[in-house]
Amino acid sequence: MTKVTMTVNGKSVSKEVRGNMLMTEFLRDELHLTGTHVGCDTSQCGACNIHVNGENVKGCTIFAAECDGAEVGTIEGQANADGSLNAIQQAFQDHHGLQCGFCTPGMVMSAASLLKENPKPTEAEIRHYLEGNICRCTGYHNIVKAIMAASGQDVSSIAAE
Amino acid sequence: MYSFDVVRPKSVADAVAALGEEEAQALGGGQTLIPSLKQRLAMPSVLVSLASIDEIKGVSSEGGAVKIGGGTTHGAVAREVASSYPALAAMASNIGDPAVRNRGTVGGSLANNDPAACYPAAALASGATIVTNTREIAADDYFQGMFTTALEEGEIITAVSFPIPEKAAYIKFEQPASRFALVGVFVAKFGDGVRVAVTGASEEGVFRWTEAEAALSGDFSAAALDGLSVPADGLMTDLHGSAAYRAHLIGVLTKRAVAQA
Amino acid sequence: MPKDHGIGAAQKRREDVRFLTGAGQYTDDINVYGQTYCHFLRSDVAHGKIASIDTSAAAAMPGVVRIFTGTDFEGVGGLPCGWQVTDKNGDPMKEPPHPVLAQGKVRHVGEPICAVVAETLEQARDAAEAIELEIEELPAVVDMKAALEGGAAKVHDDLSDNLCYDWQFGSETAAVEAAFASAAHVTTLELVNNRLVANPMEPRVAVAEYARANDESTLYTTSQNPHVIRLLMGAFVLGIPEHKLRVVAPDVGGGFGTKIFHYAEEAFVTFAARQINRPVKWTSTRSEAFMSDAHGRDHVTKIELALDAENNFIGLRTDTLANMGAYLSTFASSVPTWLHGTLMAGNYKTPAIQVNVKAVFTNTVPVDAYRGAGRPEATFQLERLVDKAARELGVDPIKLRRQNFIESFPYATPVAVEYDTGDYVATMDKLEEMIDIPGFAARRAESEAKGKLRGLGVNCYIEACGIAPSNLVGQLGARAGLYDAATVRVNATGSISVMVGAHSHGQGHETAFPQVVADMLGIDESMIEIVHGDTSKIPFGMGTYGSRSLAVCGSAMVRATEKIINKAKKIAAHLMEASEGDIELQDGMFTVAGTDKSVAWGDVTLAAYVPHNYPLTEIEPGLEETAFYDPANFTYPAGAYACEVEVDPETGKVTIERFAAADDFGNVVNPMIVEGQVHGGLAQGIGQALLENCVYDADGQLLSASYMDYAMPRAGDVPFYKVDHSCATPCTHNPLGVKGCGEAGAIGSPPAVVNAVLDALNNAGHNVAHIDMPVSPHRVWQAMQG
Repeated sequence: MTKVTMTVNGKSVSKEVRGNMLMTEFLRDELHLTGTHVGCDTSQCGACNIHVNGENVKGCTIFAAECDGAEVGTIEGQANADGSLNAIQQAFQDHHGLQCGFCTPGMVMSAASLLKENPKPTEAEIRHYLEGNICRCTGYHNIVKAIMAASGQDVSSIAAE
Repeated sequence: MYSFDVVRPKSVADAVAALGEEEAQALGGGQTLIPSLKQRLAMPSVLVSLASIDEIKGVSSEGGAVKIGGGTTHGAVAREVASSYPALAAMASNIGDPAVRNRGTVGGSLANNDPAACYPAAALASGATIVTNTREIAADDYFQGMFTTALEEGEIITAVSFPIPEKAAYIKFEQPASRFALVGVFVAKFGDGVRVAVTGASEEGVFRWTEAEAALSGDFSAAALDGLSVPADGLMTDLHGSAAYRAHLIGVLTKRAVAQA
Repeated sequence: MPKDHGIGAAQKRREDVRFLTGAGQYTDDINVYGQTYCHFLRSDVAHGKIASIDTSAAAAMPGVVRIFTGTDFEGVGGLPCGWQVTDKNGDPMKEPPHPVLAQGKVRHVGEPICAVVAETLEQARDAAEAIELEIEELPAVVDMKAALEGGAAKVHDDLSDNLCYDWQFGSETAAVEAAFASAAHVTTLELVNNRLVANPMEPRVAVAEYARANDESTLYTTSQNPHVIRLLMGAFVLGIPEHKLRVVAPDVGGGFGTKIFHYAEEAFVTFAARQINRPVKWTSTRSEAFMSDAHGRDHVTKIELALDAENNFIGLRTDTLANMGAYLSTFASSVPTWLHGTLMAGNYKTPAIQVNVKAVFTNTVPVDAYRGAGRPEATFQLERLVDKAARELGVDPIKLRRQNFIESFPYATPVAVEYDTGDYVATMDKLEEMIDIPGFAARRAESEAKGKLRGLGVNCYIEACGIAPSNLVGQLGARAGLYDAATVRVNATGSISVMVGAHSHGQGHETAFPQVVADMLGIDESMIEIVHGDTSKIPFGMGTYGSRSLAVCGSAMVRATEKIINKAKKIAAHLMEASEGDIELQDGMFTVAGTDKSVAWGDVTLAAYVPHNYPLTEIEPGLEETAFYDPANFTYPAGAYACEVEVDPETGKVTIERFAAADDFGNVVNPMIVEGQVHGGLAQGIGQALLENCVYDADGQLLSASYMDYAMPRAGDVPFYKVDHSCATPCTHNPLGVKGCGEAGAIGSPPAVVNAVLDALNNAGHNVAHIDMPVSPHRVWQAMQG
């Protein structure tokens, strides 16, 4: 067991962890932050995406011990301070960018990283960036649309008749 | 996963010492190792994370080459060599997905030498030098077949020096599921000749297509490749493509890389 | 002006807030005090005799609570199949036992043999490795044709062979033969409908607890239909009476059919929790999901179409092998028969149609319903065949379809069903406009200038949703009713809880269902909440699958709400001292017709629960009504789809450039949700057409066993879609006039994609009649090699 200390969604936490404890397990089992999901075991689906020191990473493919001293962000820390949905979350709701909701936390975390790096991404850039986030419900149409909308782009003509 | 400890040395010397322990194993970005640990395919007693060693991170230029620390992530390479070696940056920016690129490292990729990985093609085509804690290894000597390299037990890739070609391009034709290369071709034109490295295709891992190199060294144009082909013998056949298809793709992608370079 | 309220409004989904903030509660988010963890030791061979199992060393490992094997389940029931299909000779289908843990033999890679229950998951895995297991490997049967040959190894030793049933359906053989004998042209096609894995993003999870105090079991499980699981597991497997068994399916991360079925793992944890008197949890990894979730499709078909000299369809004949896998999953037997054969007429007035299906046991994971279930298989073969016929005859494929459309309704097909409404001409007109057919030549020229081939593919589809009525499906072999139920509980202050048998796992019921009730009562949606997924809270309903929720459960909700209105009017009449027949309800106010007298909704609901001024001698207090609804017929959504592709002639890679879908779903409650359902279906259909393939090797090893080899569609693989549902012909036999929209996209899209690729290749001079799905770069390249 190793002691790790990190900041999660702005709050400092310290826990004794096993060496083989993944961040997904640390967040879900130790901190009871169950918004970060596990959808695969080959580091591909992105349901577990979180931010570590400001970077988008797969929570299922990083050990808690590797995050000692890190700033960690999860879906539970994304809403505005007053609890209202942030711009990306709101765009996902406005444009029906989610159905079952399971991939959604990872999608929102990835979208946040994308817009930080590229504040006005094109459709193609969004689709490329989401390569590591699999959604089985939406067919991606409304996810891409929501991210474009969240970046302030006019989406009213997308797939218009 | 089996149980193990994770240690995070801050220097190469400490990492080497830690790797001297029984059943110790190096942990780079973990993007390949951690999934295999989940399948219980490895049973280390301790994982030596290289992620906290600042001396093996970052990019520097030295006499016509870029030297990339072994612990530098694909994402950092994509950003930091964009102007000095754009083809290498472009290659790095298409490995895996953004989250994988934020963790996976040059050293980790080369140490693993997956037969469908991108970095082996870049290193071999560039005539890179793999720098370890004990020695320097020429790329031509480094790759020794699928998942096999010249690295000794406990040896750490501290840097990779990529000579900068006059022109270069990498074209990856993705395997649709894993997004690794079904075939990837890296073409690099230097003053003294052209090097062509192919990944994803061979049962022996990355290899140089010497016939194409000879033809392109005389005439660096797609047309110079007309009539050349790689024999399908020894190429991989799997769910996603036969050896014959891979052989065909090598020809197509090499031409495209030349045209793009 | 788009509506912002009630039926037809594109209301934002209320459930989104919890999903977007990480507050959803999925089954794996549930942990119970004292919980143990379960790990299954699964077969790594496709077929073998279990020679010995020695768990003694494993049982002594740290943290192990108990290890279970097939022996523990002797005398316990097996997993039942819910549909009895009758062979063409009149015999019942063969129905081999399906044990919870393997007994004697293993029959597919991934079959659970032992279950280790331990204090932690890693301890359970450690102990599983210490189990000494000896399996004598037997030859595996994987290929369906080979499985039916004499001398093939038998999946089930007690059966005479690997044939589950040989089913024949539709027109008499003589009528079909006569049609083919008189044909001016016959088009024949042999094709494969590729095996798929549903892959909802949430893997399956089951958590069971047992309360010794009152002998009650609770199972939390990732299910589309908790009451079905309670019935099957309680009555057929474990012998737990329903009043002692609660099944909860909380937020479920997608289903697509594969979470309909009753699985060994959920029966196991429920059983084990009773045995050890502690809660037991199992969470599937994705790797386990690939070898334990029921797979979908996997048909091999020969189909023939007879046309007369004027290109009218005069006869259709199909011969299909349908893979059942090693055991019959819950609804496996119904998929290639009643959900497939009944749709073979498609949108066409072909007078003579015969469907032949042989269902085959193989040493593979069981195959069952996956989004569309039988209907995508029917649509794909028919619409590929019609396209092939058009090419052979040198006629326009759209024109050939239009010429053969059914145009008057109701229409009784030769395959037993009666379409109530439809307008296939209208959806095709709409589609042609959406895809911009006149502009295609210019787009093709543009592609050619870039060195690419361009193709346009079109197809129609019909599907049958809300499978019913129960008395008919009972005659067809269903072992359950196919009604649904809703309870509308009006609270004293006027707010409403609607308890429904349907289950929402992405469909947005929590938003759309209140729109219906709000519309009927004239109150705000925010006063209405949907309760689902917990057998202790909801009436007995059959759950969500087959695009049935609104058509069947929604209709039950309408009927229950009508009862509420009737009773509320009686109360209002009493309060206003008026005659019940004069009471009108509008915008949440009860008025006496022709007067200015009114009482508000809340006055009436309060009176129902505080019945001081109340007609107690005539009606009971309270305001709560339940309705069960059993539909009179299926509903028949239909439409026309078009796909435009570019093909890279050097690599064979296909990219989707445009996709348009014109659907007739009848009336629509929430168009935003409906469009989202179509988008998702399209991506799954495009995935089947271009990317997805579940492959076994000759030894029965699963080659596509993770996302490293099973290609899921990603954002970059699909375009923005054009979708339209304006050509609506409302269903004539349910109160909402709705048809169902969940599966259409997955049913209608694969043929459009493949037709488009073949159009591109043939237009470029490649004489390619067919390419099996997935139309991968490798296969396209091979086809171009001639």
